[in-house]
Amino acid sequence: MEKRVTFGRWTIGILFAVPQLLLIFTFFYWPAGQAVYWSLTLQQPWGGGNIWVGLDNFRSILANADYWNSITASLVFAGISTGLAMVIALVLATLTDRQLAGSRLYRVVLIWPYGIAAPALALAFRFILAPEAGFMAAVNKFWPGFWDPGLNGADAMASVIIAFSWKYVGYNFIFFLAALQAIPRSLIEAAAMDGSGVVRRFWDIQFPLITPTIFFLLVINITESFQDSFGIVDIMTAGGPANATNLMVYKIYSDGFRGLDYSGAAAQSIILMLLIIVLTIVQFRFIERRVHYR
Amino acid sequence: MTIIKRGLAALAAGALSAAFAAPAFAEPVKFDFWFGLSGDLARVVDTLCKNFNASQSDYEVVCTSQGNYDATLQNTIAAFRAGKQPTVVQVYDVGTATMMLSGAYKPADKLMEENGYKIDYSDYFPGIARYYATSKGEMLSFPFNSSTALMYWNKDAFAKIGKTEAPKTWEDVGADLKALKDAGYDCPMAINISGNESWQLMEQFSAIHNQPIASKNNGYDGLDARLEMNKTKFVQYVTDLKKWYDDGLIKIKSKDLGQDMVQAFATGTCQVIMTSVGDHGTVGKTQKEGMNWDVAELPVYAGTERKNSLVGGASLWVLSGKSDAEYKGAAAFLNFIHDPKTALFWSTNTGYIPVTKSGFEYMKASGFYDKAPYKGREVAIASLTASEPTEITRGIRLGNFTQIRAEFGTQMQAIFANKESVQDGIDALVKNGDAILDRFQQTYPNKTLP
Repeated sequence: MEKRVTFGRWTIGILFAVPQLLLIFTFFYWPAGQAVYWSLTLQQPWGGGNIWVGLDNFRSILANADYWNSITASLVFAGISTGLAMVIALVLATLTDRQLAGSRLYRVVLIWPYGIAAPALALAFRFILAPEAGFMAAVNKFWPGFWDPGLNGADAMASVIIAFSWKYVGYNFIFFLAALQAIPRSLIEAAAMDGSGVVRRFWDIQFPLITPTIFFLLVINITESFQDSFGIVDIMTAGGPANATNLMVYKIYSDGFRGLDYSGAAAQSIILMLLIIVLTIVQFRFIERRVHYR
Repeated sequence: MTIIKRGLAALAAGALSAAFAAPAFAEPVKFDFWFGLSGDLARVVDTLCKNFNASQSDYEVVCTSQGNYDATLQNTIAAFRAGKQPTVVQVYDVGTATMMLSGAYKPADKLMEENGYKIDYSDYFPGIARYYATSKGEMLSFPFNSSTALMYWNKDAFAKIGKTEAPKTWEDVGADLKALKDAGYDCPMAINISGNESWQLMEQFSAIHNQPIASKNNGYDGLDARLEMNKTKFVQYVTDLKKWYDDGLIKIKSKDLGQDMVQAFATGTCQVIMTSVGDHGTVGKTQKEGMNWDVAELPVYAGTERKNSLVGGASLWVLSGKSDAEYKGAAAFLNFIHDPKTALFWSTNTGYIPVTKSGFEYMKASGFYDKAPYKGREVAIASLTASEPTEITRGIRLGNFTQIRAEFGTQMQAIFANKESVQDGIDALVKNGDAILDRFQQTYPNKTLP
């Protein structure tokens, strides 16, 4: 007796997809759903009584001046650090793309920063940018009070932006270099023979051809600056001074974990998620139109 | 892979021990103890645990550092929600109100009674015991590592301005700092204004001056207590500190800026600091060669009748949902820690103070406080026992106090950066802090503090 199991195409497809779907459900949708539920209740930290409060958590957050301050700080941080990380990486990638002696060495050196864990990086920058030690101490000797991240919010913001951009320069560099190297040499050589200079060749040939990469990195950088900034802020400024660097993701952490306000933190993470979705949609609708895919 | 391997190993080990364990030689009952100290202090706790395990054969405590107080509480809550909580956990002072409403503990005094240990609770220093006791005086947790804030002063620098004693009043502090500045000291006094400094700048100051932090006797009498320090002597204190900062008599020192207060003092950079007696050992170990220094009680404003200062540190909670055998072990462990000999070991190696009168007497009798590196630590006991605790100085019982401390740091930074006036900053601290208390009260409707 022979038993044969046959699957239709449809069942096979589902079977193969099940492990993946289960993983996605367990690690993405279930926690996200949990966050939505928590944001609509008041959670007692130790469990036990949970009180349904509807949209009260959102109302109280949006009525809180500190929360708006943290949104502004996040936007400033995202804008400046993304801009810095992308421009610097593009310049460096363009330079190393050319046939220079030692360009392989530069490549390795420039890719390194991305491999450094955020906390280690933040710790290093905390020393580098400390007002009473190292380089900034010398600057402060010349201009007393010039650099004071302990009390000056702008200085503190500058510190975390520098650390974050430094890390993402390495990341962006990898992509830019790959994109530049994918451009056929013949195009550039032809332009060179026609007598166009380096700048002209860059703007007319290379830049348009790497716009897909630029767009991709823009989306990633902005998203990451909202989410990956946590480790750097925690170690360098802990959100201070006077909330100047209390970015949204850091406020979620400090309210939720240190303050044990799980519901308030859940509501904030829902808002952060919505903000990132909106920002991504905006980028796709308005910036992607200017991207040339080959 | 490793998880599977470990699982197999555990299975094999389990099978082996089941096969070979003779019923007559019962395995010791194991139970978990989670704590929040790290580094040097964690090693002392580990030794403490080893000593306990060596002292008897019925129980075995497994001690695990969770890194810091915040993480310990977070991890314990996560473990509790998953039903995998430790038997004993160390919770910091400001987590007390949260613990009391958690419904997740077994009262320590009941535990001891059920297991036949007679503890004389009047032996605890009242200022320490009442922080962790209910309003009726029941001990829900046992004080473990305790400290209080002291003023550290550089005798050499003060000798230059003709002083042989630490300033006793804040008026004197102002004059002395000015004199130190005039004598050429660039940093007469160092402070830090992060959230954690709330402990000594706001809480200790308020206790010593018998000024409330919040209504309802600092929250002991109800969850509807609200902050009040914008109407107390605390405003004057911050005003003075800010003025001295503006005049260059005070420098802000923190780890983020490259050098923390304790380092600034130990290296002789700054001449006065206020910090925990727990740092006494660190200053001794790291001080500049030949520097003469001492500790004194925190100053008060002239005309103030000094009250006891507040205890800082943490206590040991026994969590609910464990077996009777584990509770027996936990009781034996708490009893071991309560022992004066353990107090001597603990204080010698850490800088924390003994929490019981008998522990203190035992240490005095053994000559501890006469020896060079430990001399001065008895000032902490004097400060904690300066008076019988009042309704206000027995402690602070406010929900989500960690967040209120963070708010303290935020507003102090705004004040010192000239973004806000002193009064406005403290008003904002009260307003935002009240919102935090409000939220805590909403989370626990119809509940009252024990």
